[in-house]
Amino acid sequence: MAGTLQFDLVSPERRLASVPATEVQIPGADGDMTAMEGHAPTITTLRPGILKAVSAEGTKAYAVTGGFVEIGAGSVSVLAERAVPVEELSAQLMDQLIADASEATAVAVDKDSADKAMADLLAMKAAAGF
Amino acid sequence: MASLRDLKNRISSVKNTRKITKAMQMVAAAKLRRAQEAAEAARPYAERMGAVIASLAAGQGNDGPKLLAGNGRDQVHLLVVMTSERGLCGGFNSSIVKLARARANELAAAGKTVKILTVGKKGREQLKRDWSSAFVGHVDLSEVKRLGYANAQSIAREVMAAFEAGEADVVTIFYNRFQSVIAQIPTEQQIIPARFESTGATALYDYEPSEEAILADLLPRGVATQIFTALLENGASEQGARMSAMDNATRNAGDMINKLTIQFNRSRQAAITTELIEIIAGAEAL
Repeated sequence: MAGTLQFDLVSPERRLASVPATEVQIPGADGDMTAMEGHAPTITTLRPGILKAVSAEGTKAYAVTGGFVEIGAGSVSVLAERAVPVEELSAQLMDQLIADASEATAVAVDKDSADKAMADLLAMKAAAGF
Repeated sequence: MASLRDLKNRISSVKNTRKITKAMQMVAAAKLRRAQEAAEAARPYAERMGAVIASLAAGQGNDGPKLLAGNGRDQVHLLVVMTSERGLCGGFNSSIVKLARARANELAAAGKTVKILTVGKKGREQLKRDWSSAFVGHVDLSEVKRLGYANAQSIAREVMAAFEAGEADVVTIFYNRFQSVIAQIPTEQQIIPARFESTGATALYDYEPSEEAILADLLPRGVATQIFTALLENGASEQGARMSAMDNATRNAGDMINKLTIQFNRSRQAAITTELIEIIAGAEAL
């Protein structure tokens, strides 16, 4: 059994999780990564996607939109703008997120990143099975 | 002297008032607990965000992003004044407005341009007399049942758009920091150019994509987070202020009822005595 690292998932409104996890799969802006014990200290931004934490209680998945992750010595802190446990995810909420994103795309200065966020959201929707 | 009937009416109306203020106090107490929990829940995010931005910003020097370094000017000041939507909360709104007004006067005296964005209608009403010409916008939160991050985001977007467009050089928010039910501290906080307290010790991190890209991504979120924290603190303060104001009012009403009751008893006694004297005098005259 591998060692654990402290996994914290916080959104501006509440703390969603704070458990010791053996591995955390992160949808990073530049690609997915998995943080395990002994990972080099890293800060990365998030893209919309599914974040998974493997702990003693099993694997928990969360849908996250933008934010960032701080991997430190022995801890992973995820600061997500919005984070929803996958079980609570509904098609309605997904559509809401997509509607928000398309609104943002309409006014965005940086079209590329807005389009990418949109594509990521759609991919997330597909991955979540809606 | 007021008649007995008048006194009786007066007493019952004060009793009704006391019931209402007591109810408002209890509602405020319940809301305060919720507001405090919300503020508590938001703290870890805000702290982490501040710490990471501070450590990133420390390595940037003066030529960092505009949100951090400012746009090099100091002419137009945008004051975001956060107050409540409802009254009956003691000096809560007045203390924020007082602070904001003092700052606005100071800036105007120094030849700066002052713009004001109000959040919550009570502050707007109070500022209208002197500063209505400086109003650039108003955020209405009266329909909002539970403050969400989205509310803060929309304010942040508005403020940052003004900054980007060169319509504001420095943005400051005014709100009440919650200390306890009886103490709320009017606070002034500059959010653009952003100031983040550096914690000093920073670990060496790998950055993905790059340090600059992350900072550029985080700063707008940092601004929104600061506004969100301020809104939550303000919400808790409002309920705290209302609770103590209503507690005072309830107690005052109690005192008043006691006084009126004594007065009522005395005048009733006086009326009885007068009647008795009349009867006795009448009997003696026979």
